[in-house]
Amino acid sequence: MGGLRGEAAIVGIAEFAPVRRPDRTWMGLEAYAELARLALDDAGFSHDDVDGLMTGHLADSGGLFAPGHLTEYLGIASHFSEVVDLGGATGAGAVLRAAIAIEMGLCETALCIVHTLPRPKNPKGGGPTFRMGAWGSPMGEFDYPFGAIGQNYAYALIANRYAYEFGLTDEQRAKVAVDQRKNAMANPKAVFRDPIDIDDVLNSPVIVDPLHMLEIVMPCFGGAAVVVTSKEKAKRAKHRPAYIIGGGENTTHLSVTYDPSFTETPIKAAADRAFEMAGVKRSDIDLASLYDCYTITVLLTLEDTGFCGKGEAGKFVEEHDLTYRGDFPMNTHGGQLSFGQAGMAGGMSHITEAYLQLTGRAGERQLRRCDTVFVHGNGGLMSEQVSLVLRGE
Amino acid sequence: MPTPITQPFWDGTRQHRLLLQRCEAGHMIFYPRSHCPGCLSNRLEWVEASGKGTLYSYTVARRPTSPDFEHDVPFVIAVVELDEGPRMTSRLVEVDPDAVRIGMRLEVVFDDVTEEITLPYFRPAGT
Repeated sequence: MGGLRGEAAIVGIAEFAPVRRPDRTWMGLEAYAELARLALDDAGFSHDDVDGLMTGHLADSGGLFAPGHLTEYLGIASHFSEVVDLGGATGAGAVLRAAIAIEMGLCETALCIVHTLPRPKNPKGGGPTFRMGAWGSPMGEFDYPFGAIGQNYAYALIANRYAYEFGLTDEQRAKVAVDQRKNAMANPKAVFRDPIDIDDVLNSPVIVDPLHMLEIVMPCFGGAAVVVTSKEKAKRAKHRPAYIIGGGENTTHLSVTYDPSFTETPIKAAADRAFEMAGVKRSDIDLASLYDCYTITVLLTLEDTGFCGKGEAGKFVEEHDLTYRGDFPMNTHGGQLSFGQAGMAGGMSHITEAYLQLTGRAGERQLRRCDTVFVHGNGGLMSEQVSLVLRGE
Repeated sequence: MPTPITQPFWDGTRQHRLLLQRCEAGHMIFYPRSHCPGCLSNRLEWVEASGKGTLYSYTVARRPTSPDFEHDVPFVIAVVELDEGPRMTSRLVEVDPDAVRIGMRLEVVFDDVTEEITLPYFRPAGT
């Protein structure tokens, strides 16, 4: 198998603290510009270094022409631009594409930016015209009429099927939320920082059986940016570069109904490829940064990325301390469940945290040793999967 | 809501028949489409399904998943594995949510929601 040669590295990040309600004076394109400024400053790079651009869909202008809008607004020339459309995996997908483009010589320094801050309101009204229920959409026609709408129901279906095949207790799922909250309490940027225990999770209302409110992410607003550059340029970065040494991606479906298996998910192929490419063992990983839209997502990700065997995730989280002080540090920023899920920037938070840990800047929650990190992004309804292996050198 | 490709399915449910597609290689297909997801063949025919299946997974929506379903809660969203092979999204009816078990046998029932659209729901088989 060919693969990344570790010739691209993350050298800078920026992240707005997620907020439950937008409270910023700059929005839309202004937010992209501020994130770009902060991330380049973190790298010690200038705006003239940038020649690549990866982003999610732009809320402005009907979502079209994002690269043109951004290069114009930021005053940059991009030799390689990509609009990444992988839902929650967009952040990891953007960094993977940046690494590929840099290794291929298409560009040398790429900005990966995603945000969910609203654009200024149009006083005349009007908004995006695209809706998933539109004519010709299979989900609109064959899922929505049954009330199968949004994400919650899909992860609940997965949780029930998983429990049927392997057994899983509510307490085991709740442990994930509790440990991540402990991490969030050590992260000043996290939205949810009040202590919770397993009873708090189980006493929160059931939204869709078997998932409780505290097992489900709350939508927030925010944004994040990551600078990826070549090995050569990485040498002059302010902080230790994090080389992208492995990547894998796998998409098999959108509607969960057509997920080939609810319990062995498309995550597996993405993760296996990333680990094989990196030549890294699971036991080499110092931090697991795993997408956590729901507690059940984390359990399946632990199994399908190979940190534990199939059917063993419930026991695994019971037996391991998943906090920054623990024997299996995971989502040390608090995960999206507690840090906050700012749309696609929620997925990016797993990467920004990885870079903070790799560069020794995670404050109170800093790991004693952090050289190799596994990041996983999940989009849609367990649909779009991207794995990355990062190594600080 | 139906497209020219999916119209025969909805014509079928209106007649209280559950129709699937089969490609020339024998792959059974749901939801309706122009090309078989098993082999991309575009030579597909409509066949009537038995209407029997097994519950693959389910969830009980305790809160409406959209304002349209405000008056339905709690309701059971189901993924049904049809005896012919494909899975479909549906809803379980005529069953107490607490009595739902994965693996239970199901049979299709039809709800004439509007003049044009009849939705296929499922209930425990033999009730």
